[in-house]
Amino acid sequence: MNSSAKTFRHGVHPPECKATADAAVTRIPWPDEVVVLLSQHTGAPAKATVVKKQQVVRGEVIAEAGGFVSVPMHAPVTGTVSAVDLALNPRGELAPAIMIKRDPDADPEAVHGSPRDVDGLSAEELIKAVQDTGVVGLGGAAFPTHVKMKVPEGKKIDTVVVNGCECEPYLTTDYRVMVEQADKIIAGIRIALRATGAPQAVIAVENNKPAAIEAMMRAVPAGAPISVCSLATKYPQGAEKMLSTAILNREVPSGGLPSDAGMACFNVATLAQLGELLPAGRGLIERVITITGGGVERPGNYLMPLGAPLRHVMEFAGIRPDARKIINGGPMMGASVASLDVPLTKGTTGLLVLRDDEIRTGRLEVYPCIRCARCVDACPVFLNPSALGLLGRKARYEDMAEQYHLYDCIECGCCSYVCPSNIPLVQYFRIAKAMLRERSASK
Amino acid sequence: MTGLLIAGGVMLALGLLLSGLLALANRKLYVYEDPRIDAVEELLPSANCGACGFAGCRAFAEALVAGNAQPARCTVSTPDGVSAIASFLGVEAGEGVKRVARLACTGGDDIARRFAHYEGRESCRAAALVAGGGKACTYGCLGYGDCARACPFDAIRLNKNHLPVVDEVKCTACGNCVAECPKHLYSIHPLDHRLFVACSTQMRGKDAKEACKAACIGCGMCARTLPEVITMNQNLPVVDYTKNDLATQDAIQRCPTGAICWLERGGLVVYGAKALEARAAAGASEQQTQPATKVEAATS
Amino acid sequence: MSAESRLLEIGTSPHIKAPEDVRDIMFNVVLALLPVTAFAVWSFGLSALLLLAVTTITCIATEHVACLLAGKPTTIRDWSVTITGLILGLTLPPGTPLWMAALGSVFGVVITKSLFGGLGYNCFNPALVGRAFLQISFPVAITTWVPSGLPGRFTSLLPSTLTAPFMNMDTGAVGAYIEKALAAGGIDGWSGATPLSMWKFADTPEFESTLRLFSGMIPGSTGETASWLILVGGFYLIWRNMMNWRIPTGMLGAAFLLSGAFWLTDRAAYPSPVFMLFSGGLLFGAMFMASDMVASPMTSLGVWVYGAFIGVVTVIIRIKGALPEGVMFAILLGNALSPLINGLTQPKTYGVKKKGLFRI
Repeated sequence: MNSSAKTFRHGVHPPECKATADAAVTRIPWPDEVVVLLSQHTGAPAKATVVKKQQVVRGEVIAEAGGFVSVPMHAPVTGTVSAVDLALNPRGELAPAIMIKRDPDADPEAVHGSPRDVDGLSAEELIKAVQDTGVVGLGGAAFPTHVKMKVPEGKKIDTVVVNGCECEPYLTTDYRVMVEQADKIIAGIRIALRATGAPQAVIAVENNKPAAIEAMMRAVPAGAPISVCSLATKYPQGAEKMLSTAILNREVPSGGLPSDAGMACFNVATLAQLGELLPAGRGLIERVITITGGGVERPGNYLMPLGAPLRHVMEFAGIRPDARKIINGGPMMGASVASLDVPLTKGTTGLLVLRDDEIRTGRLEVYPCIRCARCVDACPVFLNPSALGLLGRKARYEDMAEQYHLYDCIECGCCSYVCPSNIPLVQYFRIAKAMLRERSASK
Repeated sequence: MTGLLIAGGVMLALGLLLSGLLALANRKLYVYEDPRIDAVEELLPSANCGACGFAGCRAFAEALVAGNAQPARCTVSTPDGVSAIASFLGVEAGEGVKRVARLACTGGDDIARRFAHYEGRESCRAAALVAGGGKACTYGCLGYGDCARACPFDAIRLNKNHLPVVDEVKCTACGNCVAECPKHLYSIHPLDHRLFVACSTQMRGKDAKEACKAACIGCGMCARTLPEVITMNQNLPVVDYTKNDLATQDAIQRCPTGAICWLERGGLVVYGAKALEARAAAGASEQQTQPATKVEAATS
Repeated sequence: MSAESRLLEIGTSPHIKAPEDVRDIMFNVVLALLPVTAFAVWSFGLSALLLLAVTTITCIATEHVACLLAGKPTTIRDWSVTITGLILGLTLPPGTPLWMAALGSVFGVVITKSLFGGLGYNCFNPALVGRAFLQISFPVAITTWVPSGLPGRFTSLLPSTLTAPFMNMDTGAVGAYIEKALAAGGIDGWSGATPLSMWKFADTPEFESTLRLFSGMIPGSTGETASWLILVGGFYLIWRNMMNWRIPTGMLGAAFLLSGAFWLTDRAAYPSPVFMLFSGGLLFGAMFMASDMVASPMTSLGVWVYGAFIGVVTVIIRIKGALPEGVMFAILLGNALSPLINGLTQPKTYGVKKKGLFRI
């Protein structure tokens, strides 16, 4: 049932830096105000159903889904809606949001929910119920989970892959969820199996997490069609395309989805939340994040209410005066944050706070490409990042897309990581994709 | 000697054969082209900028000869050049309205605040992809000069506050800057569009002012002064240029920050009196400004 | 800057980097060349030392001046031109007049590298182009050899070293100097030939012993004689992952196989594959010149093809061509084919069905 370390070709081995691995999850002190952005997920933004001055209860729906590819928002705290207005999001844009001022006298942990019997639901009803929980991919992509569970016409899912790889350095949130909430993950897996109609599930964990592997193996009930697969520790093992290669030995077709390879992939934290929220009839209002890096006094894994302001979280974690860079996510694919006055969202997996002397990128001298081919040897989708980079510098975006498969790039960052000339390859690819998008939009 | 004769003979025969082939090809594969197209192409400035709407000067020459375009569409040509083409083809020169690119942002380093320091490739497009670029007003100009580099006519220069300045004389409205700017701050306007909203922020009130001293705070004073021409849309005034002849300098008098201004010939920017005071107090470095005059009919 | 220092810093992802950069790689190649350089100075003395110094310093100065003329910041600090200078010196005979060496350095750096845009833009290996220039312009000087371990080599220069600029070297004087020095040390009989030319141009082929080929106590270019030190340097680079091991393996393997085929047909006329590998500049070319990252293909399959091509061409030139040594031209030809090889051997992208055999 349990296999030895499988893997995929290429990839890189950044230092793991999992210093917070053994920190058990604790709750962050409650913020005075939360900012619930209406778009914390891929797809249509949610639509507010509350107005200013309205009283809300923790867990109550405050915004309904804006379509099928959308999810509702729930109140993370009990209090009063102080505004339904624009707020700065972590990407630096002003976006619609609901601001709720917490009622300090209310019980902070009391939550609104209506329990239901999950087993009696059909697959269709199950998918609707999943949408109602507001759960999205908590591995960082924030894709609405119910959309992934709905199998497109004519396709069949033969394996549900449970992603416990957490291949990004520094992050330990999925690890803690596996160690502490293994039973909830199993409950979530059962829901996923029923919703997709898949006959089996594989829990994929990198082999640098033996305690998590053990915990998952213990939690799997005897006879269940669920197995645990230990994979070689390599970045980006947690990417869906790499999981497909490693576990199922199939490639997701270019331009296609994992369902084209018969696979549906869900993050362990997503399934854990689903396993807890769905039977309780509640909505997604908090998640575990890792706060780490040399720029904070109190690194660890924390249960955070959604919408908590970054400033509040950083003050709690003890941000040092010489902290200079805050990265939302892991160091390979995470985005740096420009302001402390942004709220944290469903997609926040962790906060990496770096001191001035710990910052290694951005200020480096960029040399010309010396054609050393380290990027070609690292790219997990077998592109030629060197050629793409040279074309990107010359703004030959159409050539990048048509001849060098620009759109197959998953922006994992392996190429930029290894490049000895410090060329910001992924940035060129993002610019190219943005320019191509704008050009086709203006046509 | 015989060797020389043989070698010479062979080369001669080869030459005759190949030239014969070329002559044959010239006759059989000849493509007739109206000779006027070449002549017109000579008269065009060969900038290949696309401002006329065609794919290069050759394509425009073909359209001119075919009668599908008028010579004045080429905004790069001098008026003499346009009339030369018109008289050569025996057609009307057409309407040539001089248009230029205008930047809807005045947030240079002197008045717009940054709240994060961007390290990396010094390009606006690159910086914009990283959390918006680090300016407090996320809609404003980042100042790394992608537009200046994209301009084929050297019409855009960055001033000492890293704000782009468009040279009206050199600008041909080719549209490269419009496509290049990641914040979409450029737009093409005829020179007679005097009333101009030089701000693109979606922020308003205190937040906007904290981000940039010349930001539009969404107070709506301009719209209230000249409601037939100006309407407010999402915290920003929008000028209805179909009613351009109704626009006067009155509209800018009550603007507290100078977000809406009046553009005179030669790059002169006219602010309302209130805005001038506010800008001076904020330490904005002034370039070519003068106080607004009383009601004045719009000049062309 | 004080107001800025309170601001958060933002930058594009990834926010971590592998520790090696271009300077580390180039510097390590220089390190790998040092054993060979030291042996060259020990084996051929003061002339070799001066030669290496002149080529290295001239190359560095040339690139510096070229950068200044281009109005760009100097690039000599990335160590790449130091490698070029060292390699050029190591492929020249120890008695090469210094003015010729300097001219070759300038030519190589300017024509191959600076005119094309500097590091990363050269189509060919700059040191090899410089050497090719010298070979074609000064064929006599480039084939005037000196025995290894000549007595008096640390105290006096070879007469050809300080030849006046633009004057041709006096090969007779060199020969006389060598015979005198050898006689003083009690050795006689200097043929003036390298092991390769002894095999190729002698009436009856003579094959130098493998031990002497390996140890380097033979005449030849300053750097190509000590096979064992070349291997040490090469393995060091492979161990540090700074050289693609497939290139020397492909080159040496193809050369071994092809020369072995010839040898099996006539053992008296053709050298053994082992002789082929350790004589001349094949080993040095395989480890340090063909493996130039900029001028070699980027794909694994492409690099095998490239290495094999160079090995085959080298053997063919050595056996069938007019020159005794073919590595230099073989590598230059390989560099010329690199873009084509690259285009034909692009890897199959994940999830894409490959159309046809090749992708051009």
